[in-house]
Amino acid sequence: MADESVNQGIPAPEGAAHIIETDYEIGQDNIETKIGPFGLDIHNPVFLISGLSIVAFVAYALTAPTQAADFFGWLRPTLTSTFDWFFLLAANVFVIFCLVLIVSPYGSVRLGGRDARPDYGYPGWFAMLFAAGMGIGLMFFGVLEPAYYFGTPWGDEPLGAARPFTEDGALIPENVEAARRMALAATSYHWALHPWAIYAVVALALALFSYNKGLPLSIRSAFYPILGERVWGWWGHVIDTLAVFATLFGLATSLGVGAQQANAGLNYIYGIPNNITVQVILIVGITLVALVSVLRGLDGGVKVLSEINMMVAALLLVFVLFAAGAGTILSDFVAGLGAYAQEVIPLSNPFGREDTGYMQGWTAFYWAWWISWSPFVGMFIARVSRGRTVREFITCVLIIPSLVCILWMAVFGGTAINDMIADPAGSAVKANVIDSYAPELSLFAMLESLPLAGITSTIGIVLVIVFFVTSSDSGSLVIDTITAGGKVDAPVPQRVFWCTFEGLVAIALLIGGGLGSLQAMVISTGLPFTVVLLLICWAILKGLAQERQV
Amino acid sequence: MFQKIMCPVDLAHRDTLDRALTCAADLGRHYGCPVVYVGVTSTAPGKVAHTPEEFGRKLEAFVEDEARRRGVSGEAHVAIAHDPTTEVDDALMRAIADTGADLVVMASHVPNVLDYIWPSNGGKLAEHAKCSVMVVRG
Repeated sequence: MADESVNQGIPAPEGAAHIIETDYEIGQDNIETKIGPFGLDIHNPVFLISGLSIVAFVAYALTAPTQAADFFGWLRPTLTSTFDWFFLLAANVFVIFCLVLIVSPYGSVRLGGRDARPDYGYPGWFAMLFAAGMGIGLMFFGVLEPAYYFGTPWGDEPLGAARPFTEDGALIPENVEAARRMALAATSYHWALHPWAIYAVVALALALFSYNKGLPLSIRSAFYPILGERVWGWWGHVIDTLAVFATLFGLATSLGVGAQQANAGLNYIYGIPNNITVQVILIVGITLVALVSVLRGLDGGVKVLSEINMMVAALLLVFVLFAAGAGTILSDFVAGLGAYAQEVIPLSNPFGREDTGYMQGWTAFYWAWWISWSPFVGMFIARVSRGRTVREFITCVLIIPSLVCILWMAVFGGTAINDMIADPAGSAVKANVIDSYAPELSLFAMLESLPLAGITSTIGIVLVIVFFVTSSDSGSLVIDTITAGGKVDAPVPQRVFWCTFEGLVAIALLIGGGLGSLQAMVISTGLPFTVVLLLICWAILKGLAQERQV
Repeated sequence: MFQKIMCPVDLAHRDTLDRALTCAADLGRHYGCPVVYVGVTSTAPGKVAHTPEEFGRKLEAFVEDEARRRGVSGEAHVAIAHDPTTEVDDALMRAIADTGADLVVMASHVPNVLDYIWPSNGGKLAEHAKCSVMVVRG
């Protein structure tokens, strides 16, 4: 045990940051021991409760699959349709909150105190933000969503835009422009300001309460202004356990679903058999690479992989841009920005909407999903963002990624839409998104319409797989930190455990069935977390006010 | 023979350091050179300190105490690693360059089977550092 004289109470602040006076010592609830050669430093009881309840839920899903599927398959859509207005309003609150912070005097507070300097340069920082938060989504939905909104025959057009296709699939030229415009605006709405504001709020709270106020880097710390010292007891244990839960199941179910998607892509391009064996091999492969990354640590593993991935993704973007006609696409991008600016307010209005298919089936679903991921992504962003001012932080976490996502959607989605317009009958995109719904093939269908499809599709699959790796490794680090009571220097075997555990849970659910139902469960946690995030906004304001007094 | 001795210290596990600290201090007195005590910390709050600045203050207090007790001239140096568990070696290598040390005296565990998979901190430093390294075991 550490020498008592080193772990005195917190010294009086010396002007750089306002440390919260609390008797809680980071690591005081931890069990530090050794099992054979492996060191352990785990938070009691969060580590044990999280681990056991995850095993319990997996066992439930495996032993009562129909019941689990029925229950969660009912719960999730009920929540997103009953509470759609709540999700939309909350997300709007987060966006306005972030934008106001940028221009307010609170924006000059620096995360880490007045003398802190950024831990990472811009390229590495951005790469990690994207890879953790959104990489897989952009790959999977980049073509699917714009193409879907453009031509959906299932009555869920955003804001009731008129379809540009007849029943037989012929083009209706006068509806094309409006449909394209709305498709890009509605997609951008889901990938620009709102989701990044959700992440920014959580990340800001965690960074503020750890780096400026000295509380452990764990979700419970954001609640100190609200719960006070109770946050170290069972309130905090529940909060942290829920966060671990949502993170691990979110990652494991995405991993399982992602393996299915990658397998479908491999089958489409190379004819590799589409079965569980291949998918299990994919999961094992992804987990192994993630393990190597986690062993090499944040700078040597996660950051390096994220940067490589961003470069390859950027190359793919540039290729598609030029292969599809840079001039057209770039003007589409500018038009898309304009369309987003015009439509964002009607799209984020939760009342009096008739396009409930879109609003509930897509928007509310997305918001619940982003919010259930926000503990993980927010904590990871916080981990890598020390040294930035609040203004710089929000600008770089909110504005710049939004622009990049809109550009991405314009390039990938715009190309897909152009493909559908140019040749509706022969378009692979239309065949796989509108005529029959095979969303996992949408990216490859779009790439087919461009030259060098074999190479770009392979790059696409590799990108998808590596984005899963970067989610898995950053997620393992986050879970490891939370279950070690906020310590970032727990022994390496612990993070190896969580990384492996995630892969095993994914494999178990894949083989035994239950991916869909547990993914629905994760998204259902989005509702309570929304309340949590609203409270966090208030906690941030209180925290920033104290910083400004120093 | 040596101009500056560097002694990495883990403030969270001070009870394991005694042999290395004694060694470093003895060598410092023998060669008449200062001992730089290097602590590696992350930027996130941890068991020892809530901020790197606070860590620096605790390290300085420790160094003052050590130097007085052992009769050497001591300095404190804080090395920051973003992910301390995996990046200690790199942080210590940087610290060697920053402090200009030409001898490192550090504690390490007795080698076990795990060292074949990933080597201990002392092992890596002994292999890659440009200056002399003394690994004190036990």
